[in-house]
Amino acid sequence: MGYDLDFSVVLSGRYLEMLLSGLATTMLLFVSGWFLGLAIALVLTLIRATPFKPLQWLVAAYVEYHRNVPLLVQLFVWYFGMPQLLPLSVNRFLNQHNAELGFAVIAVSCFMAAYMSEDFRSGLRAVPKAQREAARAMGFSFLQTMRWILIPQAWRIALPALVNQTLHMFKGTSLAGIIGVVELTDVARQIEDNTFRVFEAFGVVTAIYLICTLTLMLGGAALSRRFQLRT
Amino acid sequence: MIEILQQHWLFLLVGDYPKGPLGGLAMTLLITITSMVLAFPCAVLVALCRTSGIRLFVWPSTAFVYLIRGTPLLMLVFWIFFAGPVILGFTLSAFATIVIAIVSFQTAYLSEVIRGGIEGLPKGQTEAARALGLGYFVTTWKVILPQALYNVIPGILNNLTAIFKESSLAYVISLHELTFAALQVMNFEMRRPFQVLVLLAAIYFCCCFALSQTASWLEVRVARKRERDSGLIQPNAQLAQA
Repeated sequence: MGYDLDFSVVLSGRYLEMLLSGLATTMLLFVSGWFLGLAIALVLTLIRATPFKPLQWLVAAYVEYHRNVPLLVQLFVWYFGMPQLLPLSVNRFLNQHNAELGFAVIAVSCFMAAYMSEDFRSGLRAVPKAQREAARAMGFSFLQTMRWILIPQAWRIALPALVNQTLHMFKGTSLAGIIGVVELTDVARQIEDNTFRVFEAFGVVTAIYLICTLTLMLGGAALSRRFQLRT
Repeated sequence: MIEILQQHWLFLLVGDYPKGPLGGLAMTLLITITSMVLAFPCAVLVALCRTSGIRLFVWPSTAFVYLIRGTPLLMLVFWIFFAGPVILGFTLSAFATIVIAIVSFQTAYLSEVIRGGIEGLPKGQTEAARALGLGYFVTTWKVILPQALYNVIPGILNNLTAIFKESSLAYVISLHELTFAALQVMNFEMRRPFQVLVLLAAIYFCCCFALSQTASWLEVRVARKRERDSGLIQPNAQLAQA
């Protein structure tokens, strides 16, 4: 084949800096997307647990939209579609302040929230009904029942699905490059573009992704072992 | 939005087809079906390797599944798109690139689903078949796979939905599928990007929602059938106890 692997080109100077800043952006997307997603998911789950039907339907519609439309299209809707609905001054502000990254964070966290809230809901449903009834009979309020009885059991049940979803979302951040966020995958493509070092550029970035995802998988497995429901 | 649909529906459906290359929703469907047809046998093979209990097969297949599960699909697409020609010595078409990427990606995920089906069967099935003198291959082909695959039909359908959504990545390598067509329409309808994108999302939604609803409907049916089957066994078990 006559191709000499030479990682030193990619792992030094300007390209190393690009890789590191790409990694930082990916991490920023992932961490902020995850926590924002968690916050939205908690609100959605609470709404869905209340006995008010129209609100439940609204949440169901939200979840189904995010589950049945590709993440790439969701990103496009935020990045290309939203500015049309926003007033000019807001758009100007956004364009001066890294609009790509902002929209990517919103899209990723909304996406994450939909899946997370589904996991929470199935976790809550898996807790026997008698638990809630017993708690209410003992005088716990709705929120107290949630806080002390239902959520501690439900999140343990939901944990494996949550870990999977976290992994899915982490890999999903790679799509942000398509709308112009300079994250890890985009950096790989740029380096390849500049140096024609296909194997080194993609090899290094794939290795970084693998290290992160395998850590997540192992961490998730350790968590579910640590917090196993003992009955 | 109705206006946009009236004007561009044919383009979104088949692209430039009679005069140019196939595109639009038809292309997306073509990618989805080709990928599924190719990924399914590969996934069964990987699942069988993982459940075989022979290290020579278990280790490589496990490594493959973890490797793929840890890599973003977009990365895989880039690998095949950029590194493929260097290794192979000739350029792959965009269609081949995306199909190879999705097939390798979904082989890993689908094999996990099928493995779940195989491991979910009662051990007695294998034991009974082996006790009757059937070899490994006959046992797998006639006893294990028919039951395991039936039980995971809903899971397989969910993977089909995933493939349908993942085919949108073909946009990145300029394959003229649904997302690409919609973005072309968007450039044409400069003042209404939001409407075009909502339309695009709606098309994806209708297809995927129909698929995932079918999957959950089948899930109920499969669960019921399994209950009925175990119900058939129970009277005998009670007799045995008495």
